[in-house]
Amino acid sequence: MTDAFSREIQAPLGNATDQAAAPIAPISASPVTEDMTIVAAINATLAAEMQRDERVMVLGEDVAISGGVFRATDGLLDKFGSDRVVDMPLAEAAILGASVGLAAGGMIPVPEIQFLGFSYQAMHQLAGQIARFRYRSQGRLPMPITIRAPFGGGVRTPELHSDSLEGQLTNIPGLKIVAPASAADAKGLLSEAIRDPDPVVFLEPLRGYRGVKGPVPDGDYRVPFGSARWVMSGSDVTIIAWSYQVEVARRAARSLAKQDISVGVLDLRSLVPLDIDAVVEAVELTGRVLIAEEAAPTAAFGAELIATITEHAFYSLEAPPARVSGFSTPYPVGMLEDSYVPDQKRIEAGVLRLLELEP
Amino acid sequence: MVSTLSNEDLLAMHCEMIKARTASDRLWSLQRQGRIGTIAPIDGQEATTVGAAQALDPLTDWVLPQYREPLALGRYGPEVLNRFVAWAIGHPDGGHIPEPIRVFPPQISLATQILHAVGLAWAMKLRNERGVVLVFFGDGSSSEGDFYEAGNLAGVLKVPVIFVCANNQWAISTPTTKQTAAASFAAKADAFGIPGVTVDGMDPVAMHEVVQAARDRALDGRGATLIEAVSYRLGAHTTADDPTRYIPAAELEEARQRDPIVMFGRQLEDRGLWNSELEHDAHASAEQAIDAAWAFATNLPLRQSDLFDHVFAQPTQRQRLERASLEAHLGSTS
Ligand SMILES: Cc1ncc(C[n+]2csc(CCOP(=O)(O)OP(=O)(O)O)c2C)c(N)n1
Ligand SMILES: [Mg+2]
Repeated sequence: MTDAFSREIQAPLGNATDQAAAPIAPISASPVTEDMTIVAAINATLAAEMQRDERVMVLGEDVAISGGVFRATDGLLDKFGSDRVVDMPLAEAAILGASVGLAAGGMIPVPEIQFLGFSYQAMHQLAGQIARFRYRSQGRLPMPITIRAPFGGGVRTPELHSDSLEGQLTNIPGLKIVAPASAADAKGLLSEAIRDPDPVVFLEPLRGYRGVKGPVPDGDYRVPFGSARWVMSGSDVTIIAWSYQVEVARRAARSLAKQDISVGVLDLRSLVPLDIDAVVEAVELTGRVLIAEEAAPTAAFGAELIATITEHAFYSLEAPPARVSGFSTPYPVGMLEDSYVPDQKRIEAGVLRLLELEP
Repeated sequence: MVSTLSNEDLLAMHCEMIKARTASDRLWSLQRQGRIGTIAPIDGQEATTVGAAQALDPLTDWVLPQYREPLALGRYGPEVLNRFVAWAIGHPDGGHIPEPIRVFPPQISLATQILHAVGLAWAMKLRNERGVVLVFFGDGSSSEGDFYEAGNLAGVLKVPVIFVCANNQWAISTPTTKQTAAASFAAKADAFGIPGVTVDGMDPVAMHEVVQAARDRALDGRGATLIEAVSYRLGAHTTADDPTRYIPAAELEEARQRDPIVMFGRQLEDRGLWNSELEHDAHASAEQAIDAAWAFATNLPLRQSDLFDHVFAQPTQRQRLERASLEAHLGSTS
């Protein structure tokens, strides 16, 4: 099963780093960079963090001997041994519930949920326990836990492997929710997450693991949460996205540029904390905002963004904010999923509608 | 039964059981007066908690309670009761049991704490810290998936954890026959590959004995033990419950004959260790303990905007905005 998935995912979806299309703020913590896929950046960052701090440990299903079903933890067992890289019994609540105790006991656990959809099996430990221990104990028992989980669709997985749960997760006070879209951010945000004194859900773009590649700064490199990234600037419409939808939005923007439509793309990087100023700026720049996300739309994070825009930037709007998202159905089976997950065409059509042009 | 307990230990246990019952009764009446929220009395389970705690070393061993046990954890210092009363009146600091006390706050989400205990014991093992983790949970809680996941994980990892299933025969109104068809709760240990023992949870000496054995075993690197402490819930589930609706009066009356405080008091008397004067003193100091805890809890400062504290180490921009708006709304009273 795993092999079949990995093969699909390895199929390159194009190079996400296009120098010409990324005019603003090139990532530059260190002059030395190396081209990496997102999964390679995650793997290298886990190794670097474990090297840096011996309290950091990785636990999850199939993370040790096999190196993870996506190879995100490949090689860690050899480097750090079976005390710190642990194949767990197949029980998500145990993976997260034990992480609570590990954290209380002075470790820095980095548990993996093999696919985000299976976090439902551990939601009581995530929402009811991990998210609340600092609060419940008024600071005595902080939870420096980074929960890694791949998510997102488009790769023909069976049920529950593709679900986007940002809405559910961002509605849980006490969790930080982070979703990198580039290899550099995968490194910078993962380092930041592991060193954060609070729990972070680190959402990894399943389709981007090998489908997105780009330069990654060498050495210590951290990206602060709550600092959105301008992927492209544009004067007609701004697309706000995160995770793999940033890549889809970027392609749509490049294609629309050929029709002289100037589209900016803002990558939120973290949903909690949210860079409210950048969202306001996104509205102020163009007055026309499109949100691209994979989740079903009702009470999804896009809805939260539109509420934020209405509260903080209403008078800068030239048109009602719009979104392109999944639909109000369970995530569908493989033969239907390409119609469910927003693709370049749907995003382009969304942009044109915002400009009152015919798609 | 051969016991390593000194006469002093026996008396300390009895006094702590009396303190627990006294504090429980006081909280009950405070609730009836409308001065605190819902409370779960400990009646019938004093020996389970006190006997188990007696076998632990507060300097090295952790206790993860459910919601009744903090009344009887005086072995970990008076601060545990102080904080529990603060918790009962709804003060946020009630959940803050300060360093270095190795006790978790009460757990309301049943059985989740069993997994936390395994993780904590695992951390101790990884860090070569000598000590054990003891976790309490009810008979009802043992039906939760977390119990099975925790038992299974503890078996695999061989970590120094002691599971104490406080079988008080009831989970609110649900009797044990509706929780499980297993021969006993202890029998479930077989599935985890760890030893399971059943003990009289209304006898503090017996409790101490089995917990001490489990602790020795854990410190020896031989892993977890599941202990089923059989008792009877002599009170209501909580102040919100009416047990006369479901507990047969005769059954309750029979259980009352085994009241752990009465029974243990008699045993001590028979051995010449207890008398009415000691009884009087024990009750007086129990009253003092709950008075002190009440004074502690009701004198803790509180501002309404404290509700934003300790969600994260640093608040988010959104939380700062919300806090400012609440403070503005409340004006000078915040
Ligand atoms: C996960 C969860 N489900 C339901 C409840 C509501 N509830 C509170 S106490 C209780 C019964 C618990 O029974 P048991 O574990 O035997 O403990 P006891 O109250 O008898 O000490 C229930 C159902 C809860 N607190 N947590
Ligand atoms: Mg019970």
